[in-house]
Amino acid sequence: MNLITALARFLIFPGLLFAIPAAWFFLWVERKSVALMQGRIGPPFMQPLFDFIKLLGKSTPPRSGIGGLLMKLWPLIAVAAAASAVGLLPVLPSSGGFEGDLILLLALLELPSMCIIAAGFSSRSIFGEIGSAREAALSVSYNVVFLLAIVSIAASQHTFRLEALAQLPASPMHWLGLIAILVCLPAKLHINPFSLPNAEQEIYSGPMTEYAGPELAMWELAHGLEWVAATGLVATLAAPHLTVWWVAAVVFIAISFAVVLLLSVVAAATARLAIDTSVRFYWQCTLIFAVLAISSAIFMRYRS
Amino acid sequence: MNGGSCNGCDIELIASLTPRYDAEQLGVRLEGSPRHADILCVTGPITHNAVNAIKTVYGQVCGPKAVVAIGSCPATTNVFIDSRTLDGPLNLHLPVDVFVPGCPPRPDAIIQGVAKAAEILAERAAKNVPVDPVLMPLVGPPCNGACACSAATNKKTTEVQS
Repeated sequence: MNLITALARFLIFPGLLFAIPAAWFFLWVERKSVALMQGRIGPPFMQPLFDFIKLLGKSTPPRSGIGGLLMKLWPLIAVAAAASAVGLLPVLPSSGGFEGDLILLLALLELPSMCIIAAGFSSRSIFGEIGSAREAALSVSYNVVFLLAIVSIAASQHTFRLEALAQLPASPMHWLGLIAILVCLPAKLHINPFSLPNAEQEIYSGPMTEYAGPELAMWELAHGLEWVAATGLVATLAAPHLTVWWVAAVVFIAISFAVVLLLSVVAAATARLAIDTSVRFYWQCTLIFAVLAISSAIFMRYRS
Repeated sequence: MNGGSCNGCDIELIASLTPRYDAEQLGVRLEGSPRHADILCVTGPITHNAVNAIKTVYGQVCGPKAVVAIGSCPATTNVFIDSRTLDGPLNLHLPVDVFVPGCPPRPDAIIQGVAKAAEILAERAAKNVPVDPVLMPLVGPPCNGACACSAATNKKTTEVQS
């Protein structure tokens, strides 16, 4: 991948120019579909954009010292990581990529969650600390399944290169891994039934409790970009291999949208689970499938 | 924010978020943390115990911000007038922007009050009025004190801080 393609992917498609409006659109789709499921009308179409602009115009509480600097830094790191993760997705055919970019993508997808944990602890608010502890416990649980699922897909296809993974024909292992990733996404995106880290009206907003104004706007943007990156990962793994670039882009957007709708419907239909139930769900119920997937992937690899 | 309310107005406030009234169609969302809020809704006749809590929460809301007094209690202390446990009405302590009268007010009246407060908030943001003098060094200089609104708001906020 040369510099110009890399910059084009980061800045134009599927990077910032596409991802930021898509982030606002997905946040709106989530709120609107939850509202429709509850028999409400829901927010206006431009609401996430209005919220973002409004938050940029608000003041922030005075912060001093290293703690204050870190609190200002965490949302920016989260936005940068989520935006780069979107930029790495191989949406267009023959868009480049390099050996091992899947590992970089996974690290970048994990970074916002790390930032949330660190932000909660550096805010020194009791609600932030509880939220961060929950996020850490949840992250340890779902990441085992998430990583095992992705490694099983990669191992069954003999590559850690995203573009090669997206181009190879789908195997049964592929679909099993995709289902495991889908099960992990509600926890990764902090939506119901795994919305404990930012459980509103229970621990206020968890790690975000002390954030206000432009910093909160950055967190909202990071959350939206996480939506784009996470659903985009599913879309690139699920999409059939297409050579026409605009068909590939349309299929990518359509599958991402379908995943957002699916997750929103799940979020609207479920209630928040307690932390012990959530952790047990991942360690007892889904881990077994992830282990099955990776062991059969390794078995198939030795047989072939 | 409950300032010693009988819970009647609080229930109506929750009712305004339900499918029947749906405040979210205007983009209104209930936020748990005062740091995320723009509009502070206060119910109840403001008891002695509630005064400091209300002032603290008002101070935690970042500017520009607006206050809506829900019900007759924060406006006039209602039937609890002259009670020795009260320190109301609300406008002795905070600069109230919108009063929604009623005992309790209907949810649609509450939504109308919040929408009115949002308009006031938009005007205030457009004029860049500093609401919190503590934060002024951070958000930059105010509109040089030329407009009357900024002076009025500053005066009111100084009352709150003292």
